[in-house]
Amino acid sequence: MNANALLTRLRGQIPLLVTAALLVSMFSIGSVQYDGFFSGQVVLNLLIDNAFLLVVAVGMTFVVLTGGIDLSVGAVVALSTMVSAWLVERHGWPPLLVIPLVLLMGTAGGWVMGWVIHVFEIQPFIVTLAGMFLARGLCYTISIDSISITDPQYTAMAQTRIPLGSLFVSPSAVIALLVVAVGFVVLHYTRLGRNVYALGGSEQSALLMGLPVQRTKTTVYAISGFCSALGGVLLTFYMLSGYGLHAVGLELDAIAAVVIGGTLLTGGSGYLLGTLLGVLVLGLIQTVISFQGTLSSWWTRIVIGALLFVFIVLQRLITARRR
Amino acid sequence: MSTASSQAPSPGSPPATATSPLKAVTRFRLFWPAVVLAVLLVANLGFTPGFFAVHVQGGHLYGSLIDILHFGAPLILVSLGMTLVIATGGIDLSVGSTVAISGALACLQISRSADPGSLGTVLTAVGIALGSALVLGVVNGVLVAKVGVQPIIATLILMVAGRGVAQLITDGQIITVTSDPYKLIGGGYWLTMPFAILLSALVVLAAVLLTRLTALGLLLESVGGNPVASRLVGIRAMRLVALVYVFSALCAALAGLMVSSNVSAADGNNAGLWIELDAILAVVLGGTSLNGGRFSIGGTVLGALIIQTLSTTVYTIGIPPETTLVFKAFVVIAVCLIQSPAFRAKLAGRGARARRTAAARPHAVAPINREVGK
Repeated sequence: MNANALLTRLRGQIPLLVTAALLVSMFSIGSVQYDGFFSGQVVLNLLIDNAFLLVVAVGMTFVVLTGGIDLSVGAVVALSTMVSAWLVERHGWPPLLVIPLVLLMGTAGGWVMGWVIHVFEIQPFIVTLAGMFLARGLCYTISIDSISITDPQYTAMAQTRIPLGSLFVSPSAVIALLVVAVGFVVLHYTRLGRNVYALGGSEQSALLMGLPVQRTKTTVYAISGFCSALGGVLLTFYMLSGYGLHAVGLELDAIAAVVIGGTLLTGGSGYLLGTLLGVLVLGLIQTVISFQGTLSSWWTRIVIGALLFVFIVLQRLITARRR
Repeated sequence: MSTASSQAPSPGSPPATATSPLKAVTRFRLFWPAVVLAVLLVANLGFTPGFFAVHVQGGHLYGSLIDILHFGAPLILVSLGMTLVIATGGIDLSVGSTVAISGALACLQISRSADPGSLGTVLTAVGIALGSALVLGVVNGVLVAKVGVQPIIATLILMVAGRGVAQLITDGQIITVTSDPYKLIGGGYWLTMPFAILLSALVVLAAVLLTRLTALGLLLESVGGNPVASRLVGIRAMRLVALVYVFSALCAALAGLMVSSNVSAADGNNAGLWIELDAILAVVLGGTSLNGGRFSIGGTVLGALIIQTLSTTVYTIGIPPETTLVFKAFVVIAVCLIQSPAFRAKLAGRGARARRTAAARPHAVAPINREVGK
């Protein structure tokens, strides 16, 4: 009985264990194969280069855990970079005012989408698709061309390096890790987190248990909106420009990271730290391909697709056996 | 089965309340899409006085209306495949990648051959493109029907990887071809009409005949309306579901051939980009519910034409074409709200209580459920 319970517990962890093993083996193979791969800075660069993806993926984890999906994240990231660049460069607003405004905008957008999804019982997929159209379109109504940022505070954020011994990280990476930590605490140690899991397990049961289904749902999409906007702010630091074509396809990367991180797409089961591993795997694929040098960038997409395939089939096998 | 088929054609019709002729017209399924399309076209007349003029020049038909049909042909094809997928309650996100892959394969084959202008080369290229689409469709179909992955996720895999594959085929370049028979598919004329229009009309006609004259359409609707009940009455849902994904991939491949033939080039990066979203939008505009069940091919064609007209309008007015997305967003939201039973119920909340409960019941599923209940 006890052993059985332990076994079912372990079975739920299989995707996570596979991801961790994948990460370790990819890194070891890379270290053996390429010069200069085995260094702490390569690992830290993974965080620096994927800070915005990590933040967005955290928000996506919340949404996917409730059994929903948010396709608008990439567009909201782009809109955030655009609005920041536009207000700071064209209107001379101070960054300390612009950044909270952008975060508020993303949160409000997500909240509205969550509200529409719940109140009108429309599929999350189609509502966030409309949100994606709207956000991308709004980018172009601001400007069709890229707006580059020369504001000293932004360039300072882009160039600051926080030393860690002989290595360094960027402020964005630190912010991203903070978001992961906060997300972890909220998801695993608060009432909201428990409601998220309950909602993903069965919305009907959650409703019958008297859990605040509507509030949880809108909050989850608001969190995703906030994370997307924050991801946009971090991307602005990274790119130092606002552009409507920034972060095209980011929603797919975020979903891929969540899935590879072991979160069930049907909702109700998954870990935030798994998402961190998922983002690292995606980043490592890119690093390996750039170290290889002879492989073209499109191999990244093919490998990510193949990984998605493996993990989704793995998920199906596990859930099928559980039933 | 026979009782079901006698009931199926009128699942959405209201029970004898539609007495006034005006109501009867507005309740007609294609009424609202047709009105939107008409309004858009008439609005164009305000910007371009000669908008409706169609004239013959050198044995070919020219005019804005022909252009809309011509450039809308690939979207109509992709939307057609998407309609059947959505009818079964699924969705196919991979069509954009399939468009890119089929165009890339065909152009690669033609550019490599010794005689790019010969009919044999072009037929081989078309065969390769359609054959590979068949494989892609089977992959999607097996993942959804056999493995049981959610359709949106299953097709997401191919959407992500497919773009990479298309770029791999073209080696990241844009392959240009000069081949007259190939040019005919998307850019040529036949019997005064652009060949693309005729080709897509043919496919649409075949699909309509196949789904409405045989039991196929009914079976698809029943699988989409209630998969469990369909299995209980003995419909082989698995095979049907797999089949619609194959059909969708084939339609997308044909559209890919059109797109690449029209510009005589294959661009793995941009061919068919976002076409999956336009196609879903066209299907929804045409009145097919994303929840599966009832579908309307005529509505989808109208929906695709609305989107193409919208794009054309935006170009002619001189608004930056990228801002079309904002209009599309509002259209999606409006159409989804109108389709949402909860929204209708809230609107009808001011009226009689009985009417509210009637509106809240999803039409597509109701008759099938009743069937099982007996």
